[in-house]
Amino acid sequence: MAWFKRSKQNISAESRKREIPDGQWVKCAECGEIIHIKQLELNMWTCIKCDFHFRVGSREYISILFDEGTFNEFDAGMKSGDPLEFTDTKKYTNRINSTMRDTGLSDAAVRGIGKIEGRDVSFACMDFKFIGGSMGSVVGEKISRAIDAAIEKKIPLIIISSSGGARMMEGAFSLMQMAKTSARLAKLNEEKIPYISILTDPTTGGTTASYAMLGDIIIAEPKALIGFAGPRVIKQTIGRDLPEGFQRSEFLQENGFVDFIAHRKNLKAQIAKVLDYAL
Amino acid sequence: MAKYILDFEKPILELENKVAEMKKLEDNLDIRDEISNLEEKVIQLKKSIYDNLTRWQRVQLARHPERPYTLDYIFMMTDDFVELHGDRQFGDDKAVIGGFCTIDEHKIMLIGQQKGRDTKQNVYRNFGMMNPEGYRKALRLMKLAEKYNKPIVTFIDTPGAYPGLEAEQRGQAEAIARNLMEMSRLKVPIIVVIIGEGDSGGALGMGVGDRILMLQNTWYSVISPESCSSILWRSWEYKEQAAEALKLSAPDLLEQGIIDRIVPEPLGGAHKDHKLMAAILKTVLKEELALFVKADPKKFLEKRIKKFGKMGMFIE
Ligand SMILES: [Zn+2]
Repeated sequence: MAWFKRSKQNISAESRKREIPDGQWVKCAECGEIIHIKQLELNMWTCIKCDFHFRVGSREYISILFDEGTFNEFDAGMKSGDPLEFTDTKKYTNRINSTMRDTGLSDAAVRGIGKIEGRDVSFACMDFKFIGGSMGSVVGEKISRAIDAAIEKKIPLIIISSSGGARMMEGAFSLMQMAKTSARLAKLNEEKIPYISILTDPTTGGTTASYAMLGDIIIAEPKALIGFAGPRVIKQTIGRDLPEGFQRSEFLQENGFVDFIAHRKNLKAQIAKVLDYAL
Repeated sequence: MAKYILDFEKPILELENKVAEMKKLEDNLDIRDEISNLEEKVIQLKKSIYDNLTRWQRVQLARHPERPYTLDYIFMMTDDFVELHGDRQFGDDKAVIGGFCTIDEHKIMLIGQQKGRDTKQNVYRNFGMMNPEGYRKALRLMKLAEKYNKPIVTFIDTPGAYPGLEAEQRGQAEAIARNLMEMSRLKVPIIVVIIGEGDSGGALGMGVGDRILMLQNTWYSVISPESCSSILWRSWEYKEQAAEALKLSAPDLLEQGIIDRIVPEPLGGAHKDHKLMAAILKTVLKEELALFVKADPKKFLEKRIKKFGKMGMFIE
């Protein structure tokens, strides 16, 4: 895949200054480079030395992709019910409440509408830090509504996935979110609305086996773990070590399941370019 | 075949053996009353055990190695079966069987996950765990059914989609996702029956339909009790608690509004009487198929999407 236009910087100096605490340093998990947090954000949370993509969430992706100040979130207050009154070592409701407190998020997905290079897009993004980005009723409903909004307004759909799979604590309800979202995407296809699916580290389990793999165009961030079964389970099943790079973005592209891999710094420009052809 | 006895089946079996022994002596001794007393006790014991099955016990019944599988039902229920193989792309997945068949007045496409009876068969059937080519084979046959305007019946019985290296390489996730999307739009009726285990995406990959049925002693959830135990309790020891917490039994799923109907099993489970089980299922399937004989595809398609669309529970 060749991209002929250089990507534009798309975060204004103004927004860069906001919410960045001074004097904080992080270490790259890949190469060990010590990076100032401000520098990291400027580099869209990728390593300045080795291009390692740090795991970020909906807030960061909104700032990366959307034209300044154009994104409107919907269903922000939607939170998980507890359909099974589930308890393992702790109550599911307690787990939800403490995660909401710790992350400032209401569940593992955010959805809304905003502009990408001037064009309206219906958008949903998962947050891995909310119970491993697990898909329960709230994620399924928000994804479904993002699809419905795209159909209704005849605007493209973009979903960013980052998920360990289904939300166990909602049992069969979480499983059915796969069918629910996929059925909505069938409708989207019939209406010929474009859908770009973006896979980030990690995208596994029920999320991969539903909307994440159903994009017209599937874009992955470099070296993201993408698969159905987790590597540990596969290793147990086959009883030997997994090959280098197995279930990484490059492996999926090689096997025909990802259209192309985009560096986060180019993501917005590349999405805009695809939309040029899709609309 | 060696008899496979579950723990909670043992007291019943012991009592039944005793009755059998006494019956042998009946000619020489006057013990008719004792025998009928004991027989009454067997009935009472069965009732008390099978009316109060825990969820974990139902999981065990669902996995009972003598339970009828897809091929058994095909053999016992259908007048004719034209098996069709392969996905036209990679190969023929033996963990799933499909083809046209006739059930009395109904000509249908039947596709079912297939486990093996013994080690050799299980290796051949991959323990009922499908690879991507299995889901693609199922989809090919379903599209064929749509072309020929035949209703589809799927039988679900799997411990999960196969978590193997090649399965990932060939796109297990994509294959399942594709089926979910395509099945939601097929213009022929789809009746799904959980006949054993309904483990997660591997089951759902053939499980989108207009009517979802579960046999009485089967389970259907997002994860097996063992895996759930190992993740949430960090030990394999909490499978009973996990089964309870997941609320994965047929009555649970009916209450949750995820399935439409429970198919009763013979007392003690489907494995106790294959013929009776097949007869019950055949009757039920004919009732279900009759619902769609003159149905308008537009109407049931709309209902199918709505049905899945409303699944979930959240607070706004
Ligand atoms: Zn680095």
